[in-house]
Amino acid sequence: MFELVDMTTKQKVSINKGKDSNMDNYRDVLRHNMRQYAIAIALLVITLVFQILTKGVLLKPINVSRLILQNSYILILAIGMVLCILTGGHIDLAVGSIVALVSASSALFSVTLGIPPLLSILLGLLVGILAGMWQGFFIAYVNVPPFITTLAGMLIFRGINNIILNGQTILLPKLYVTIASDVIPDIFGDGTGLHITTILVGFIAAIAFVVVAIVNREHKKRHDFEVEANHLFFAKLVAIAAIIVLFSYWLARANGLPYVVILLIVLIVIYTFITTRTVAGRHIYALGGNAKAAELSGIKTKRVMFWVYTNMGFMAAIAGIIFAGRLNSATPTAGDGFELDAIAACFIGGASASGGVGTIIGAIIGGFIMGILNNGMSIMGISTFWQSIVKGLVLIAAVAFDVYSKSKAKVS
Amino acid sequence: MSEYILEMKNISKIFPGVKALDDVNLKVKKGEIHALVGENGAGKSTLMNVLSGIHPYGTYSGDIYFKGKKCEFRNIRDSEKAGIVIIHQELALNPYMTIAENIFLGNERAVNGVINWHITNQEAKKLIQRVSLREKHDTLIKDIGVGKQQLVEIAKALSKSVELLILDEPTAALNDEDSNNLLNLLLELNQKQGLTCIIISHKIHEVTRIADEITVIRDGALIETLVKGRDDISENRIIKGMVGRELVNRFPERTSQIGDIGFEVRNWVAYDPLDEDRMRIKHVNLNVRKGEVVGIAGLMGAGRTELFMSLFGKAYGKKISGTIIKDGRELKLNNVSDAIQEGLAYVTEDRKTAGLILIDDIRRNITVASLKKVSKNSIIDENAEIKVAEEQRRLLNIKSSSIFQKTSNLSGGNQQKVVLSKWIFAEPEVLFLDEPTRGIDVGAKYEIYTIINKLAEQGKCIVVISSELPEILGICDRIYIMNEGKMVGEMTREEASQESIMKCIMQSEHNNV
Repeated sequence: MFELVDMTTKQKVSINKGKDSNMDNYRDVLRHNMRQYAIAIALLVITLVFQILTKGVLLKPINVSRLILQNSYILILAIGMVLCILTGGHIDLAVGSIVALVSASSALFSVTLGIPPLLSILLGLLVGILAGMWQGFFIAYVNVPPFITTLAGMLIFRGINNIILNGQTILLPKLYVTIASDVIPDIFGDGTGLHITTILVGFIAAIAFVVVAIVNREHKKRHDFEVEANHLFFAKLVAIAAIIVLFSYWLARANGLPYVVILLIVLIVIYTFITTRTVAGRHIYALGGNAKAAELSGIKTKRVMFWVYTNMGFMAAIAGIIFAGRLNSATPTAGDGFELDAIAACFIGGASASGGVGTIIGAIIGGFIMGILNNGMSIMGISTFWQSIVKGLVLIAAVAFDVYSKSKAKVS
Repeated sequence: MSEYILEMKNISKIFPGVKALDDVNLKVKKGEIHALVGENGAGKSTLMNVLSGIHPYGTYSGDIYFKGKKCEFRNIRDSEKAGIVIIHQELALNPYMTIAENIFLGNERAVNGVINWHITNQEAKKLIQRVSLREKHDTLIKDIGVGKQQLVEIAKALSKSVELLILDEPTAALNDEDSNNLLNLLLELNQKQGLTCIIISHKIHEVTRIADEITVIRDGALIETLVKGRDDISENRIIKGMVGRELVNRFPERTSQIGDIGFEVRNWVAYDPLDEDRMRIKHVNLNVRKGEVVGIAGLMGAGRTELFMSLFGKAYGKKISGTIIKDGRELKLNNVSDAIQEGLAYVTEDRKTAGLILIDDIRRNITVASLKKVSKNSIIDENAEIKVAEEQRRLLNIKSSSIFQKTSNLSGGNQQKVVLSKWIFAEPEVLFLDEPTRGIDVGAKYEIYTIINKLAEQGKCIVVISSELPEILGICDRIYIMNEGKMVGEMTREEASQESIMKCIMQSEHNNV
């Protein structure tokens, strides 16, 4: 998550340079910042509101842990989905069905065919990748619009799932459950309830974060780029390190650090890195920003589309394995409606419906907003009917705010 | 009542952070053609947007009097009701509707919401005749050229009983012949039917030809109004008003140092991607020497853009055949990235739709075609990237607050410089520049020409496609003339003149028949 700091320093550079010459840009940068912060602030406000409404249950360690586990598969889907949206506002409607397909076929391998669980999981991931390639092929090389391709995929993959399971639910081996719900072993623990290893991991992560941030900053200095003022930088550093440690302490007070959280953080870091720092990531943004210009700049746009949808299949497969593990079984209705939650998370998180704008972190925050709404209202005992209405309202409000602030800031 | 049909008094308009119009007073006489000229961003379009209600009453200060009455337009409908119609540079036509449907779009001939097609078609036919459009009323807009589409826009305006017609850069996308037809039509409507027009244009020779009065706007302020017959309205005089100084030479000097043939094309053929039986590029041969600027002249639709896009890694066309030779070696280019790899660059004709990623900043646009140069193992070195962008910004004098400014906020000239720097950074040896100065102002044009000259001095092979003959004559060493997908002529700078080029095109048309 060190990218956040990196991003702010970058904006800092432009603010300093813009001061004398152009007020326009100053506002532009500020607005960009605002957009980033607005989502984070919204998350904070919603958390506080539900903390109060649930009389403190929301942020209890055990509930925090549960909340993350419950939403992990949606967050993973959102990471893949935001890439699809970046390519031009395209979505993937089939991910819910791919989740089902992967859990069913993985069950087929491990239970019906008796293949070892670990190998079955890998084969399941392969099935997801193949499903993604199928869709990517039609979208990129046959030019079928993504909406239609993935609508077809939604029907096809759901159908295959039903054929495999034949309407039955198949119980899965222990390994699936371990991945989806278990925590890391407490090597240093004394058995008093506090998960010492988790706290230790938190400290290591915090230190790693601080080191990376400082190295980045020194690198910038060596190149004579302006960087944030010292006190600001270190205040931010301390704050983020404290949050990491606090978070690990919280998990330690629950059951400890779940494997899923590690997986999630690794995915977030990798994909943030890909989108912000690699050529591939830049190509995705360029394609969404202006497909024609991207193509004439030598970017192989078809190839980008193909891999983005293949990757979506892969992410759906990971989500499928985790979801199956949480249920301890493969079911015919697995993943039903997941695609919509993932899409909503991306748009709440600031992705643009016309492509080229959006971040992994944004989508994750959007996913957490949805998750807290679900969880908070469930604790309060609000019916799922009302929950659905509230989620819909939040989605429309988030995007309406985005559109409104953009139109206001526009200088024609 | 006064002789003025329109008076705009003390108009000021402020955009956040920018004063777009500063106390402008514009008077337009009834029955005249009034031209607005000025550099990009001078405020011409803003002034017209204020007039037509696009910037509604209350968002600007000052008063508008139309036919002696004070006007407070809240939107375009209001201004159209009063008889003011604006035709924008980007045409507002629906390509999948017929000419008749488009003429009455938003103004349907209907009773209780049910369209009377009989009357619609009948009136459309009359209007089509009035604007001398030689097309049937039920032809789809997508099937007619831009020149004719412009005529449909005018017919649409006439259907609204227009008294003051505003045209924003009506000829920007037209070739000389279509431009000529359009201007003649305006003169005719003006003289025979007394239609008052305001025309915004960058093409000064057109303005001097048709306008009765010419108002020069610079930096949001009205500089002067020149009256035909009273003032000097020569091109130089107008340019002086626009840029605030005398522009001695519109084309920078260059002593050509021409070397060996660096780029050659033999027997190039390409077919239309939509209609694979239609040969679009017909056995074209051409060569460019190192350090040479070669111009490609031709009418709109001659196939110039198609030719060079097909050369640029088959970015256009089907069933392409022919030979490309660079430095004596035959190139096999299957896609754009091959072409870039081999040192080719193509600056697109339309920078907004095909050249820039408008939502991205200057930096990202500059490096997008050559990310390899600022990355290691596919990971982008942002520090290196920033340095590159800063360097290019300085070299090409891109006026912006920083390299982090979004390209959508730049003026046309500076946008074009960003596109150029993207390709300069790719370090090509052969550059195709398609309409490199379209829609940008005189000062920025001069800068672009200087950049082209510098590239030629470095020994690069440069091809300039341009619809403005003076530009081709001003900057090119040698000129090819294209028509209907064929090369129909080749001239040296000394041989070429506007007349000889046009004659060459006309003769080839004649031969075709």
